[in-house]
Amino acid sequence: MADVVLHPDRAATSKTVRKRGGLHNMLKRKSTVAFLMALPLILLIAILVIYPAFYALHLATLNKSMQRFIGLSNFEFLFKRETFWLVVKQSCIFAITAVIFKAVLGFIIAHFVHNIPAKGQRKWRGMLLVPWVIPPAMSTLAWLWLFDPSYSAFNYTLSFFGIGPIPWTGDEMWARFSVILVNIWVGAPFFMIMYLAALKSVPDQLYEAAAIDGANWWQRIWYVTLPMMRNIIAITTLFSLIVTFANFDIVRILTAGGPLDHTHIFATWAFRIGIEGSDIPLGASVSLFMVPILAVAAIFILRDISKRGNEA
Amino acid sequence: MSRRKLSRRQFVAATALTSAALVTAPYVRGAHAAGKLSIGFWDHWVPGANKASTDIVNAWAEKEKVEVQIDYIPSQGNKNLLTIAAEAQAKSGHDILAMPTWWPHAQAELLEPMNDVMDGLIKQNGEPNGTVKYLGQSKGKWLAVPASVGSQIKGPCSRIDLMKQHAGIDVQALYPAGAPPKADSWNLETFLKAAEACHKAGVPFGIGLGETSDNVDSAGAFFQAFGAALVDEKGNLTVKTDAVRQALEFYKKLIAFLPPDAGAWDDSSNNKWLVSGRGAMIMNPPSAWAVAKRDAPQVAEQCWTHGFPSGPKGRFAPYLAYFWGTWSFSKNKEAAKSVLRTLSQPDAIEKMCVASGGYDLPCYEKLTTLKVWQEEAPPKGTLYHYPNPHNHQTLSIAAAPAPPKIAQQIYTQATLTKMCLRYSKGEAMEKTLAWAEGECEGFMRS
Repeated sequence: MADVVLHPDRAATSKTVRKRGGLHNMLKRKSTVAFLMALPLILLIAILVIYPAFYALHLATLNKSMQRFIGLSNFEFLFKRETFWLVVKQSCIFAITAVIFKAVLGFIIAHFVHNIPAKGQRKWRGMLLVPWVIPPAMSTLAWLWLFDPSYSAFNYTLSFFGIGPIPWTGDEMWARFSVILVNIWVGAPFFMIMYLAALKSVPDQLYEAAAIDGANWWQRIWYVTLPMMRNIIAITTLFSLIVTFANFDIVRILTAGGPLDHTHIFATWAFRIGIEGSDIPLGASVSLFMVPILAVAAIFILRDISKRGNEA
Repeated sequence: MSRRKLSRRQFVAATALTSAALVTAPYVRGAHAAGKLSIGFWDHWVPGANKASTDIVNAWAEKEKVEVQIDYIPSQGNKNLLTIAAEAQAKSGHDILAMPTWWPHAQAELLEPMNDVMDGLIKQNGEPNGTVKYLGQSKGKWLAVPASVGSQIKGPCSRIDLMKQHAGIDVQALYPAGAPPKADSWNLETFLKAAEACHKAGVPFGIGLGETSDNVDSAGAFFQAFGAALVDEKGNLTVKTDAVRQALEFYKKLIAFLPPDAGAWDDSSNNKWLVSGRGAMIMNPPSAWAVAKRDAPQVAEQCWTHGFPSGPKGRFAPYLAYFWGTWSFSKNKEAAKSVLRTLSQPDAIEKMCVASGGYDLPCYEKLTTLKVWQEEAPPKGTLYHYPNPHNHQTLSIAAAPAPPKIAQQIYTQATLTKMCLRYSKGEAMEKTLAWAEGECEGFMRS
């Protein structure tokens, strides 16, 4: 009590010191530093992703002239449209087929590259990454010329073997094949490089042990490589699924959704309706429709990864 | 230290003198006394064509003491449409923005009425064509000012030699340079026979069936020749009519004579078709001919632009109009209107048409006989009939006369070409019609 009377400002001073110490400690914490360093990116994402996402949600609840709130009527309207269900079907076919082929091709190529002696491997890695590093809009233009309805370079080559002409972008099935093929060509190197990194991290002892146990190459892949790469496969698949579902440039440049809407996917149809057709609320509703599909996929894949992480 | 006091009388006198001086003083204009004006023009296909509009605007700006900024916005990748949509959302942007076909109606609520500008221009230049009135007016209000830059007719451009050789048709005799057309025999029946003959000869007509505007425009003109519309001007569905059935039957016959990949054509496919010498006819403004002049002069020398064939309900040609609109939130509306008046003067229009090599087409009735179309060559007179100087055909746009906001959906979703493709691929007529009716019902949402 006497202390308090004799030194009335002591309590305040110690509080300030404690406060300063607290701030100091907080700044010293790794998590705080990490947060501060990530803050510019968080702000950027908030401005460029979160705000537009909420704005799209707002737009999707407006009528065509954007003057009236109509709740979920845009979605209700879409559910009754034949073309919308065609787009849903095509988006699923496009994304799932492309991701499966990208993953399989990436896996095979990663093994080939992994088996190349270290000296020459860098050249191959660089060359195989070329399709992925070229802006897709540019490379798709080159593909468009190869598939050109009247002057296709592929058809010209095939004509020497008495094959064709193939309507690469003029027939519904061929057009679907063409857009998926280009997507695989662009995306497979990403899988390749991720799988290559994963392969390099598999300890050689595991293969040696498998070899001692008499495992053949398939058993080595099935019981050693694949289990060790499971997480990276899941993550790359999820990431690629999201990117492929949201693809725009390849389809837009190659077929613009035709013929007869048979290559439209969510983004290209949303653009057709929203921008070209001046129905922005309906376009926003179409583009938002892929969110629940991707959210479900993300929940399942990420849950599986975290389960395995906990088991480990 | 003397301290001067200001008396009440002195204060009143000083205030009165200052006010009088300010009121009576001559107004001295600064370099940009009338403010700033930003313009978003369409970036012209024709090299050098932008310069004409820049020169006209700069001359106006100097005279009016306005600081002008011009952006040329390309339509490749629909950048112009994205700009329109973005500015409409942001309620901010250019004071004047070039808007193609349907966009004045699509943004009608956000555009400054232009009746005061148009009244004077109509008195001076004559009536605009019907398509421009349909696309540019709403409830008696002019939504935007028709632009000559970018406006075009997508009529047939035929190969004189191939049509003569394979179809026995002399297009120069049907459409002689400097004289009215003698094209009574140029009807859908003749057209179909010519298409068949040229197909047999290995030089088929290059008419696309894709989803881009060139394809849709051709289909629109043929449908209108049968009086076929999917939705009438009152917004009633008219899909299941005999006229639509006839148009589909016609197209089914025509498709058999078109290139097999026509369903995948975009707006550049027909140009390439003509320039490469693979076809006897395309439907296009003279841009393909202009490219041929540069890249394949032997093809250009044989090109002749003329009118559409006539059908049971008349002769229709697709007219694609461009407009210059001013947002209602524009900060300098008066300056915008002033420069739009200047850009719509006959001499300015002629200057821009010449710079575009005759591509641009004013909509006003007194301005369809400019010298540029008479003089362009080779061959001389090739563009004479391009601007429809003898009103030989009705200018229209696909999906008209449906209310423009519905028509825009029919147009951008390419419902007409999709119907033709579906039916030609063996789908039952009634199924195709039912599909189109369902689509149009969806387009009517408000």
